[in-house]
Amino acid sequence: MTVTTKQPVLSAKGIRKTFGRVVGLDGVDLDVFPGEVLAIIGDNGAGKSTLIQCLTGALVPDEGTLELDGKRVSFRRPQDAKDMGIETVYQSLAMSPALDIASNMFLGREIRKAGPLGSVLRMLDRKAMREKSMAAVQQLGIRTIQNPGQRVETLSGGQRQAIAVARAAAFGSKLVLLDEPTAALGVRESGLVLDAIRALRDRGLPVILISHNMPHVWEIADRIHIQRLGRRAGVITPSSHDMTEGVAIMTGAKTLDTGKE
Amino acid sequence: MTRTSWHRRALTTLTVSALLIPGLAACGGSEGTPAAEGGEAKVTLILKDLQNPFFTALADGAKAEAAKNNVELTVVAAKKDGDEQGQIDEIESAVLKGQDGILILPSGPAVNKAMTDARAQGVTVIALDTPPDPIDTADITFATDNFEAGKLIGEWSKANLAGKPAVIALLDQFSDRTIQTDLNRDQGFLEGMGIDLADKTKKGDEAKTGNYAGGTYTIACQEPTTGAEDGGRTAMENCLTKNKDINLVYTINEPSASGAYKALQAAGMQDKVTIVSIDGSCDGVKNVGEGVIAATSMQFPVKMAELGVKAVADKVAGKALPAVSDGLDFYNTGTELITDKAQAGVTSTTTADATKTCW
Amino acid sequence: MTSTKKAASPALRAQHFLHENPWVSPLVLLVLSVAVFTLLNPAFAQPRAISLLLQQTAVVAALAVGQTLIILTGGIDLSVGAAAILGCMSSALLASQHGLPAPAAIAVGILIGALCGLLNGALVSRLKLPPFIVTLGTLSVFTAITLMLTGGSTVQGRDMPEAMTAAGTRIPFLGLDLNVGILVVGLVYLAVGFALGFTAWGRRVYAVGDAPEAARLAGISVSRVLLSVYIVAGIIYGIAAWVLIGRAGAASPNGIVDANLASITAVVIGGTSLFGGRGGVVGTVLGALIVQSFAIGLTLAGLDDEYRVLAVGILVIAAVAADQWIRKVRT
Repeated sequence: MTVTTKQPVLSAKGIRKTFGRVVGLDGVDLDVFPGEVLAIIGDNGAGKSTLIQCLTGALVPDEGTLELDGKRVSFRRPQDAKDMGIETVYQSLAMSPALDIASNMFLGREIRKAGPLGSVLRMLDRKAMREKSMAAVQQLGIRTIQNPGQRVETLSGGQRQAIAVARAAAFGSKLVLLDEPTAALGVRESGLVLDAIRALRDRGLPVILISHNMPHVWEIADRIHIQRLGRRAGVITPSSHDMTEGVAIMTGAKTLDTGKE
Repeated sequence: MTRTSWHRRALTTLTVSALLIPGLAACGGSEGTPAAEGGEAKVTLILKDLQNPFFTALADGAKAEAAKNNVELTVVAAKKDGDEQGQIDEIESAVLKGQDGILILPSGPAVNKAMTDARAQGVTVIALDTPPDPIDTADITFATDNFEAGKLIGEWSKANLAGKPAVIALLDQFSDRTIQTDLNRDQGFLEGMGIDLADKTKKGDEAKTGNYAGGTYTIACQEPTTGAEDGGRTAMENCLTKNKDINLVYTINEPSASGAYKALQAAGMQDKVTIVSIDGSCDGVKNVGEGVIAATSMQFPVKMAELGVKAVADKVAGKALPAVSDGLDFYNTGTELITDKAQAGVTSTTTADATKTCW
Repeated sequence: MTSTKKAASPALRAQHFLHENPWVSPLVLLVLSVAVFTLLNPAFAQPRAISLLLQQTAVVAALAVGQTLIILTGGIDLSVGAAAILGCMSSALLASQHGLPAPAAIAVGILIGALCGLLNGALVSRLKLPPFIVTLGTLSVFTAITLMLTGGSTVQGRDMPEAMTAAGTRIPFLGLDLNVGILVVGLVYLAVGFALGFTAWGRRVYAVGDAPEAARLAGISVSRVLLSVYIVAGIIYGIAAWVLIGRAGAASPNGIVDANLASITAVVIGGTSLFGGRGGVVGTVLGALIVQSFAIGLTLAGLDDEYRVLAVGILVIAAVAADQWIRKVRT
């Protein structure tokens, strides 16, 4: 169990979010440190997805603070988080099925041609987008996707997930968050995604990962944040606790001993 | 796999049938082939729509005359009364088909350019029923003198009232555009009543109260009917909510008069109110006989159509077009007052006689 | 998951191809229609008939471009004709009764179209009201304003400066009888087609129609894209208004009956999906040409109107059915 003295890349304190009378998050604290994979586990309704959305500007928390590299930040919309280098792969993947891979990669940040064609006519540099898309995909070691002009809807679930991860990896400069990246995948495709996550960490980028797939979590996480009933029930590591214990804390059958952070 | 082939079959069937319709239909008639040599005149009749019985009567008259004169007649219409673009398209298509003459009931002034262009290409363009503005847009116009038609029922109403105060409802065709027939019938009626017209080229600018030639009058309301029965009913209902003392209703045509009568019936007022109208359809004449309509000015659409077809046939044969009627800028196809309650000072025909000339 | 592809049946391959290129079906249909109608009456393939086809299609085709943009975002515009007429009559009245020079009057007409679009766009994007309901309401609003301004009367061409009706000026070209209006509409198509296919804005229009939540998460301001689409459509309606004046040589409040249905028909037959995110302006111009070629073709074949109306109805159903079939490609 390592006690880290490094500054967290992202630090959230007291995040609260209610939806009418339903309390989604009831004062959650979270820290993620450079070069680590932090997994968030929790039962259904524990608030995992809500938490990720509050950390990335997809939702605005009612209360609480966020610090990025020690500086206070506030995200009003997804673009704000992206501007700060935080990339997210949501459960829905945020892809437009009718558009091709390259367009989806650069959705919202399209590359324009140089010179007057780009500035006056605002013409897209489709070649550059296609080339960079392929580079991003290949950098993650994904070999099954060859044609960046392919429509996303013709890809399998795993391929789409891989594109989404590649997109986050290509643009993320501070932090990458993934919400249930292996949920709908088979064994081989999950392996692809886990490799991609490792590649990110090895580049020095911290990764926050939500998953209910315990074997994957124990395989890849450095620390595990346990979310329960809208709060953080505790943080463990794969070596400090095994899967059964982790699940027990998650469901409340067991509580975490104090003193371990 | 089964789903795909079902879809494929359904799609193929739909597309093929859409393309086959012209094929099958064309097999039924040979009207599409260009006319043989021999001087057979080719005429297109462009109506305003296919719903108004006046237009269908006119078309039937045209077809009969066409058969007699060896004229190849095509009858088309726009989507509805007022659809000028539709009529422009039809004029252009007729010119394209190499027609000798176009008979048209113009829906509005936007059609003028197309008519002029057609004439520039050598096509004889004749207006029926509705004079175009300006009148020289067509080679000649065969129409009812609508002002006279309105005047006849106005004079009859004045005599019928015998000095009683008149509370008048004016049920016109449109309120959102100016059509010559609509304008002239309305103004003609008021003129016949002896009410000051203010501006003869505008509807609705007359004083709301004043004196007609026999007593006092009030114009209780002026509503559009679009010349249809349901429009007439709605307009009459609106009028009744404004003024329950209405005793005289001018209607633009007999379908709207029929609708107005139904509204009066529903209010229990049909015996207290006099309805006058214009058209002279056999249905309308029957209504006059039954007391639904008190008096109507008859038009002669069949005569209009016959004159139109004959004029083109004559032109193709090298003869001249007929001249306009005296004192008018169009050829007057005439109007006749039909009523069973004749009044002094206004010539009229009984319904019994009118059944011979109705359409 | 197996990595070998099943041998794709011809139907499946056709489905994929049509999916990638939605404009192919209307193109095939147009070619087939021209062929059939020429067989029925050779006059159809003559320059006169083709010229007429282009002239008659111009206005609806222009309106349909704007409609395409709006349908691509998953919306629909029922006020299309009313907005165009309002722009048309406003510029005509200014040019005739108030002595405004033609270029200024035309500019005002386009501006009014843009304002109509702005109203629609604001209601859809800011208040998040459904486009069908919004444009159903603004249809009546624009019609009423036109009535109040014009009292229903037409403005004759002779009462306006010549430039107002200039869209009707003939341009002979390759033996065809084109006019300024056709040229302008063609330019509009090129401009919008370029924007949709080659700019970021175009990508975002598709994304907003196909997957609005994904677009939002990607950082795109969905409401801004929607607003821009309605405004651009409004500007196009203003341009169509000027073309309309040129065609009739007059500005009439009843200039285009059923413009909504005609523009939507052209868009649907052209292969653009009513659900948004798929299609484009190439298909739309083909769709508009198909509808009008049926009108001319059936007239030349000597048939009555009813057959044309029936044929267009079947075409629309077939187009929507085809769209559904093509969409079954692994959505």
